[in-house]
Amino acid sequence: MIEVSNLYKSFGNQTVLKGVDLKIEAGETLALIGGSGKGKSVLLKNISGLIKPDSGKIVIDQQDVSQLKGKKLGNLKDRIGIVFQFGALFDSLTVYENVSFPLKEKTKLSDKEIRQKVLKELTDVGLENDLEKYPAQISGGMRKRVALARCLILNPEIIFFDEPTTGLDPVIAATIYKIIRSLQKRRKLTALIVSHEIPGIFKVVDRVAMLHDGKIIVTGTPEEIQATKNPIVRQFLTGELE
Amino acid sequence: MYNIFVIPLRKYKLRFHMFHPFKLIGKNTIAFIHELGKMANFLSISIYYMLFPPFLFHRVVKQIHFIGVKTTLVILLTGLFTGMVLTLQGFYVLVSFGAESKLGAITAMSLIRELGPVVTALMVIGRAGSALTAEIGIMRMSEQIDALDAMNLNPYKYLVIPNLWAALISLPILTALFNVMGIWGGYLVGVELSGLSSGVYYGAIADSISASDLILSLQKSLSFGLLIAWICCFKGFYAGHGSGFGAQGVSKSTTEAVVMSSVTVLICDYFITSISLFT
Repeated sequence: MIEVSNLYKSFGNQTVLKGVDLKIEAGETLALIGGSGKGKSVLLKNISGLIKPDSGKIVIDQQDVSQLKGKKLGNLKDRIGIVFQFGALFDSLTVYENVSFPLKEKTKLSDKEIRQKVLKELTDVGLENDLEKYPAQISGGMRKRVALARCLILNPEIIFFDEPTTGLDPVIAATIYKIIRSLQKRRKLTALIVSHEIPGIFKVVDRVAMLHDGKIIVTGTPEEIQATKNPIVRQFLTGELE
Repeated sequence: MYNIFVIPLRKYKLRFHMFHPFKLIGKNTIAFIHELGKMANFLSISIYYMLFPPFLFHRVVKQIHFIGVKTTLVILLTGLFTGMVLTLQGFYVLVSFGAESKLGAITAMSLIRELGPVVTALMVIGRAGSALTAEIGIMRMSEQIDALDAMNLNPYKYLVIPNLWAALISLPILTALFNVMGIWGGYLVGVELSGLSSGVYYGAIADSISASDLILSLQKSLSFGLLIAWICCFKGFYAGHGSGFGAQGVSKSTTEAVVMSSVTVLICDYFITSISLFT
């Protein structure tokens, strides 16, 4: 279970998170929605231990992430996988090398075992024929699928998606959603999906939380969110101008 | 309090720091001290990780190839022509004093004690240092460093430490190559073109160069290697932190890395020479 309470984070004079409270149950998939530049990715990086909050608590399975250091923080990171907004693939490595990289660096598997695992993950995301291509030679959607394969290769228990379908065409977005749904069924992952792809994201999550002005202003099931009368949420869902 | 200069300028959204000299000096001083602190912290963390496993030997070898092997041709060429021009200038000055027998000594001393380490360092900055900053900077901007961190792989171990080791290993070897080529270039001009006896040329070198000169050259090249890798990696690692974002941020960080490491090498050269002469 992930529990965030009263989380604050500033960059210079700008306070991005102003007391965020959020709970994600084990095995649950939660969508974090909100406007661009409102701090969704910052919250995700705080929860995953990539940046330290100014104050507040982030508890993952009884461990306060903000207080963890060294090996303990490393052990927690080993349980978490992140799919970054633009993939964050190593641009000097091929698709195969990118996906095999975590296995080569973190396990003692033989080259043959690594190859089998990498091929399986890449086949799952439909990229088994693009092993030798470099990130610059593939499309944005393919890059996100490679990033997903690289993230899943170490079997994380918790996975964070930073805008997994933004900028993709509807077919590719549907493919990504299909992969996420199949992951939920097969691996019982706890997942946080940062997105503003409305209503597509509602089909794959258990609950939705909306971040606005540095705080979570509403949480609920996709149906509850769609039925809410909160004017800020309604405006965001319908895309109406003020 | 009403300020006759500031109010009209604010009205036109112009900021002329010339009206606030103390504010400007204070702001820049604080920024400079902050940057120095960050750099010192970066170096201390890097040295800590240099001394403890895991040691990524394959990445060190790869970076030695990038910093050392790929710079060899440039070093051989610059070494050759630096030695040639040094001897050419020296020969015409020494002939007027009837002291051309000292040509080999002047060429070798200048190369080994000063020009070898300094010119080699400047060449490495231009060819490899700038590329290091740009590469690490792009990795920072495109979240590749965050990706390493998220995989629980230490970015220092992958991106900084191999470059520090590679620079510390490559610079002394490149400097030695530069010195040898420079002395050989001097031989071509002094002996082959100007007619000096080869025995006189090499004899003067053997008489004048001592182990302390070679040690000084080694000390300088090691210091410059550390400085170059430190500054260039730091500027790439923190690209986007105050240097702007995207391509502009990387380009600014790269320029800063080249200028700062070149200037620091020359300042450091002066102090190492001073210490060596007075101790």
